[in-house]
Amino acid sequence: MTSDTHRPPDTPAPPPDDAPPVVEIAGLSTVFGKGDEAFAVHQNLDLTVRRGEILSLVGGSGTGKTVLLRHILGLTRPTDGRVTVLGEPAAQLTGRGAASRVGMLFQQGALFSAFSVLDNIAFALREQGTLPQRLVCDAAMVKLQMVGLKPEHATRMPANLSGGMIKRVALARALIMDPPLLLLDEPTAGLDPHSSDDFCDLLRELHASLGLTVIMVTHDLDTLFALSSRVAVLAEKRVITSGTPHEVARFDHPFIHEFFLGERGRRAMAPVPSAEPAPPPAHIKDA
Amino acid sequence: MPSTTTPLVTTPAATDFPMSDPEPRITRRDDAPEGPCAVLQGRWGAAELGQRRQWRELSAQLRALPADAGLAWDLRELDWLDHVGAQVLWNHWGRALPERLQATDAQRDMLGRIAEFATEEPPAERWSVAEQIDALGARVLQGVGHGRDLLILVGQLVLDLGRLVRNPRRGPWRDVSGHLYSMGATALPITALVGFLIGIVLAYLMGLQLRQFGASTFIVNILGISLTRELGPMLGAILVAGRSGSAITAQIGVMRVTEELDAMRVMGIAHGFRLVLPRAIALGIAMPLIALWTTLAALAGGMLAADVAMGVSPAYFIQALPAAVAPANLWMAMGKSVVFGVFIALIGCHWGLRVKPNTQSLGQGTTASVVSAITMVIVVDALFAIGFKNLGI
Repeated sequence: MTSDTHRPPDTPAPPPDDAPPVVEIAGLSTVFGKGDEAFAVHQNLDLTVRRGEILSLVGGSGTGKTVLLRHILGLTRPTDGRVTVLGEPAAQLTGRGAASRVGMLFQQGALFSAFSVLDNIAFALREQGTLPQRLVCDAAMVKLQMVGLKPEHATRMPANLSGGMIKRVALARALIMDPPLLLLDEPTAGLDPHSSDDFCDLLRELHASLGLTVIMVTHDLDTLFALSSRVAVLAEKRVITSGTPHEVARFDHPFIHEFFLGERGRRAMAPVPSAEPAPPPAHIKDA
Repeated sequence: MPSTTTPLVTTPAATDFPMSDPEPRITRRDDAPEGPCAVLQGRWGAAELGQRRQWRELSAQLRALPADAGLAWDLRELDWLDHVGAQVLWNHWGRALPERLQATDAQRDMLGRIAEFATEEPPAERWSVAEQIDALGARVLQGVGHGRDLLILVGQLVLDLGRLVRNPRRGPWRDVSGHLYSMGATALPITALVGFLIGIVLAYLMGLQLRQFGASTFIVNILGISLTRELGPMLGAILVAGRSGSAITAQIGVMRVTEELDAMRVMGIAHGFRLVLPRAIALGIAMPLIALWTTLAALAGGMLAADVAMGVSPAYFIQALPAAVAPANLWMAMGKSVVFGVFIALIGCHWGLRVKPNTQSLGQGTTASVVSAITMVIVVDALFAIGFKNLGI
């Protein structure tokens, strides 16, 4: 079972087990509301993401996937527990230079509507106020084209972009300072299947060429199977299981049955025979 | 050696992620057998290059090593190179690879990507007289467009009022009631405070002048006429224009940004009837009441100041007031307040409906709304003053 013939040709290989952890979450609890109306979203949740992984977070609605991303970004603080990102507490992440440590693709893109596409992409770099204008523009133009947009799109305003283009610009903006960690909230939601496939290809390419660690929240099974090297399932206020998509699909839990083995799940898994997933190829382990 | 799936540069351990890493630098080595060589070291990343001191030092080092001096460039000792760092090198090399370059495959990939995506600088925009004339014309047309839109809004309001009169049970009364509360009732404290203070200030100033002529009791006439006829309604209207005019524009503008306006239209619900009409009715009702309230607060302030500063007793003040101020003044104040209220609502809606789906346009619209509503209040007030100059004085 050492060959990886069962894997779809382009699925990224999981990183070795001893790769350094990029995100470590331990004993995390999140409680919303106060008094009688208080309800816990997470309880004693543990999760570790290692460098080079593409981790998909899945779970029913209201299981706190986006909340978890916001904890990792340091936008919100958990009620209890520890979130460590790149060796530092997540709460310190939003300070100066955050753009060089982590990039976030928000669900709606969250582009600055008053700026053109190029200014949106260049924003974090320009805000440093040090590098010459020309260099900043050049760097932003490279990122713009890396995500598959054309130079003539640079002067457009966000209001005049299609949904797929907004996602691309938002991705370019998240990547402007080449952060080692990229968070994606529903990267392919609202895209047509073709754009969605393109976007997956793009993410896979960027992951390979930039050596990114990616954490994404997704409901789209095609994206999940095409991209993730590991899937973590959120249910019952914690991560109930994690592993390769096919390992997780065989885990016995009502949510997983519904999510993976429904009509859509079978369709997404169809091209792949449900056999043992292959262990990582040998050359990765040596790297 | 790095394959395409591994990170660009090896970072030994998780503890090495923080930013306190070796600064980017270049060392020139002349002892190599094949000629002088520039060796790059440290972390050439966006965060490091963005630090002012490091960028200054590195720029100086780069200037000392011109690209055309037949120098070899060695990138293999770098701890980290990202696209911004590579872009710095690419621009320094005159947007081409140097003849002799030693780099890892990943670094070459990155430089290749930058070479592939290099773009020419867009030409700067040229100033020309014709364009300035065009811009002026566009602004004139824009002004005309505003006038026309406002006229349409007024006409639509009249039509909607007609529809409401024909079928009053189907009117947006819940909205009217909500706006009455948020734009009328919640404005009472601030208008009372401002009116009261202005009343005190006016009474003091006029009292000083009147005492010189021994005409202290005329303070009742001066305050009564000026506050009832002009200042009360004006103060109330200006405060409401700032408070509610901006709120109306922001509400409707955000509805544009979030496509709520489009959603409403798709359901076949007219913006005029559902958004403009309730606000215009609510402010049309609330504005005269606020004007009356502001006037009363200002008179109370004036009365207090007259008592303290000039010994004009409140009892005399209240007794003399009806004789000094003809009721026509009050009716005129109420009448123009209705006009103020309706116009503040219409101007707020006008700017709100013109907001484009971006934050900048929302800000501009809100500012324009407040400025034009206050200007409108003063202009309409002047028109009323001229038109009714023989009434009640």
